[in-house]
Amino acid sequence: MELDNISGLLEKYFEATATAAEERELRDYFSGERVAPQFEIYRPMFKYFSEAKDERSSRKLLLKKHPGYVRWLSVAAAAVVIVMIYLGNSYQENREMEQQKAEYAYQETRKALRLLAQNLDRGADKMAYLNEFEATKEKIYKSN
Amino acid sequence: MVTLAIEQRQMTQSEFIRVVMPFKDKLYRLAKRLLVSSAEAEDATQEILMKLWARKSMMESYKNVEAFAMTMTKNYCLDRLKSKQSGNLKLVHTNYDSGTSLQKQMEAIDSVSWIEKIMLELPEQQKMVLQLRDIEAYEYEEIAEHLEMSPTAVRVALSRARKAVRDKLVQKHNYGIG
Repeated sequence: MELDNISGLLEKYFEATATAAEERELRDYFSGERVAPQFEIYRPMFKYFSEAKDERSSRKLLLKKHPGYVRWLSVAAAAVVIVMIYLGNSYQENREMEQQKAEYAYQETRKALRLLAQNLDRGADKMAYLNEFEATKEKIYKSN
Repeated sequence: MVTLAIEQRQMTQSEFIRVVMPFKDKLYRLAKRLLVSSAEAEDATQEILMKLWARKSMMESYKNVEAFAMTMTKNYCLDRLKSKQSGNLKLVHTNYDSGTSLQKQMEAIDSVSWIEKIMLELPEQQKMVLQLRDIEAYEYEEIAEHLEMSPTAVRVALSRARKAVRDKLVQKHNYGIG
């Protein structure tokens, strides 16, 4: 009677239609001492499963300082530094270029102003002639 | 004020450990079933729990942290196996011995470690289903959730896995030595 029962349970077990309770019944049967010879072949299977359940992780759980997290953080920090150096450099370059431009503009302005002044001077020279002309004209007026 | 509220909602380290401890070994055993090496399984477990810890603020929104962690473990290990395969690396494991010595052979013949070797040859999915049902004794619905499979697919894979183990056992029995 019991053998028929076990045989039926095994069939359900291999078809994966046994309930949790039925499987427990099988495990209990195979962990006992009175296993019928025709079922002896299955014993190592159930024995292994119950032994495998006792295996434990032996390493202690470490939660602080996530190495991956720290690694990414350092990568992010390095990226920020690189971007800042790049931006700083280009800023510096911009400033230098601006200074050069300003210098150039200043020189050009000076040149232009000098040219204007020279021409003004030349004009003033010509004014001297005009003065001379005026003086002569006065003399002529007076003598008349 | 806002940050204070968030801090209050986040769990402390000891609370977190209290939540994950009951299933930490289950994660380890599943990882070991797939990765074989106990060192790699320890690494995987550590990695999974670390990821979970990093998301601790979201943990309350997961209705089942254990199921979530199991799925993470499955995905993590399958990824590891895939990258090993593509990198043409061999599984490196120190704790599995092919058992060349007579002593080892004798042990294997009448001991249960033989089943472990049989399970090594099963496809990943069958390994996981067998692990979760016959070793961890989860319900079919739970296994389906953990492994992201349909309950029917779980039963099919489980039946195949159990029969494969049985066939190997019968073979060994008939020939005396496997």
